[in-house]
Amino acid sequence: MATKASRTAARIMMAPAVILLLGWMLVPLIMTLWFSFRNYLPLRGGDLGFAGFDNYVRFVTSSAFWPAVMATMIIVVGTLVITVVLGVLLALLLDQPMWGQGIVRILVIAPFFVMPTVSGLVWKNMFLDSVNGLFAHIARFIGATPVEWMIEAPFFSIILIVSWQWLPFATLILLTAIQSLDSEQLEAAEIDGAPKIKRFWYIIVPHLGRAITVVILIQTIFLLSIFAEIYVTTAGAFGSKTLTYLIFQRVLESQNVGLGSAGGVYAIILANIVAIFLMRIVGKNLDS
Amino acid sequence: MGQIELQKVTKRFGETEVIPPLDLKIGEGEFVVFVGPSGCGKSTLLRLIAGLEDISSGKILIDGQDATNLGPAKRGLAMVFQSYALYPHMSVRKNIAFPLKMAGMDQAAIDAKVEGAAKVLNLASYLDRRPGQLSGGQRQRVAIGRAIVREPAAFLFDEPLSNLDAALRVNMRLEITELHQNLKTTMVYVTHDQVEAMTMADKIVVLQAGRIEQVGTPLELYRAPRNTFVAGFIGSPKMNLLTGAPAQAKGATTIGIRPEHLDVSKESGDWQGKVLVAEHLGSDTFLHVATDYGQMTVRVSGEMSVGHGDSIWMTPDQTHLHRFGADGLRIA
Repeated sequence: MATKASRTAARIMMAPAVILLLGWMLVPLIMTLWFSFRNYLPLRGGDLGFAGFDNYVRFVTSSAFWPAVMATMIIVVGTLVITVVLGVLLALLLDQPMWGQGIVRILVIAPFFVMPTVSGLVWKNMFLDSVNGLFAHIARFIGATPVEWMIEAPFFSIILIVSWQWLPFATLILLTAIQSLDSEQLEAAEIDGAPKIKRFWYIIVPHLGRAITVVILIQTIFLLSIFAEIYVTTAGAFGSKTLTYLIFQRVLESQNVGLGSAGGVYAIILANIVAIFLMRIVGKNLDS
Repeated sequence: MGQIELQKVTKRFGETEVIPPLDLKIGEGEFVVFVGPSGCGKSTLLRLIAGLEDISSGKILIDGQDATNLGPAKRGLAMVFQSYALYPHMSVRKNIAFPLKMAGMDQAAIDAKVEGAAKVLNLASYLDRRPGQLSGGQRQRVAIGRAIVREPAAFLFDEPLSNLDAALRVNMRLEITELHQNLKTTMVYVTHDQVEAMTMADKIVVLQAGRIEQVGTPLELYRAPRNTFVAGFIGSPKMNLLTGAPAQAKGATTIGIRPEHLDVSKESGDWQGKVLVAEHLGSDTFLHVATDYGQMTVRVSGEMSVGHGDSIWMTPDQTHLHRFGADGLRIA
């Protein structure tokens, strides 16, 4: 497979896919960059010419910017903590031999197949609703006042919904990692006098290190851009406006494409900073 | 310290009985080797002693104390695994220190012990490396180091050399034997390789299908195998087992004669045969010979020139002839 002819053939074969992918990414990216320097207001006169860096300055000096960055971070970090911790525990549980293992594993993956909009609505209306939600019923059953989840704990609600969606992903990756652990290592540790909890800390957790970094990396990239869960629940109210949501509002609600595009460029930069940062950690972890 | 006694120990996995009732005494300071074909239950037996598997019935005594229901850590035994089972994310130093750390020993004492073990095992310059950066033999030494720092009542080895290449295996065999002579601690060693068993053991336990076929020193097993299984298993190349006319002539169902106890001549002898293959090892030559009673193996001096198709005569050395009855047991 390494003759000159075969290499050329391989390149020609791959070209359509590469060109398509490049186009897919480059066209929107260049358009975003282009619009971010334009004063483009579709309902108020259309494209009104170059704006220089005005859009960039306006986006970051807006009073909504830093709260949005904070909101993004809270949701991403909160979801990561919950999915990784619960994911490890669930993976440990699913690794135990039990009756109906196959069915249980499929059920655990199920939330991952539910569309974000659907799961957001299901959670909002069936669980978190302060009148008809399951949690409200439970609260009333024990004699407490139902909580207005969306108003009193918007972050908690959104993190809960997003974690529910992403927990299967984390569990699945961590489960395969646990299954790859050499059982002799655990037995050796047992003979060496390590009780269960210490075996978990000294053997299982380090073994999972690599899988955990992969989970964190992939989830962060996807979680930075969650939108549907916020749109259908709080619609950005009660301080739950993330950077993605802010950009959406700038473009569609304020009809300011230029300003929104500038926000989009910031989001790209932010995502890349996070990615580089994470790649370093992963790189370090993948070295061993 | 270091006596292990099994009393009527059995092990069942579901319906299958892996180890039928078994009694065994391992004396203090002995080097005992469990040997047998794969699937004979030797590793299971070792894991029962280690406490990694629960016994189905019977009793295990360690130094006279009932250890049947003790956890693996409480038995005071150390085990070296086939895969070494080193902790890949810890340095060699931390690997060796792990059992001491788990025992809650203070750091200064741990350091001293680790350095000591590293010196004994020639690991001093590798202490800060990860297991992934070591060769097979070095990993094996780390695994042994992790075992010796605990100063256990006995060492358990589960086929520790089977992942090493042939040359290294011979070296490690010597090192483990030397270690045993220095430490004088009881060692229980599992292998399927009868050469390892013969060269290392004070006492060999030959197992088949969970049953003990014979217990004895290597030479006892070599000189007086109790039955045809042990006769065929111990010794390399294998003992020739003949049935039919030559066996009946000696009043037995089966007779056994080792390749090294046959005299070969080109002119005359008891059994005639045709050489199929001659394996020249230099000092010795092993001849695989087709006879009327089946294929036989003979050892001759490397000087003798024989080759494929040659007709030879073989005469068994009567003092080394083994006779077995219809039940496969040795006739004294």
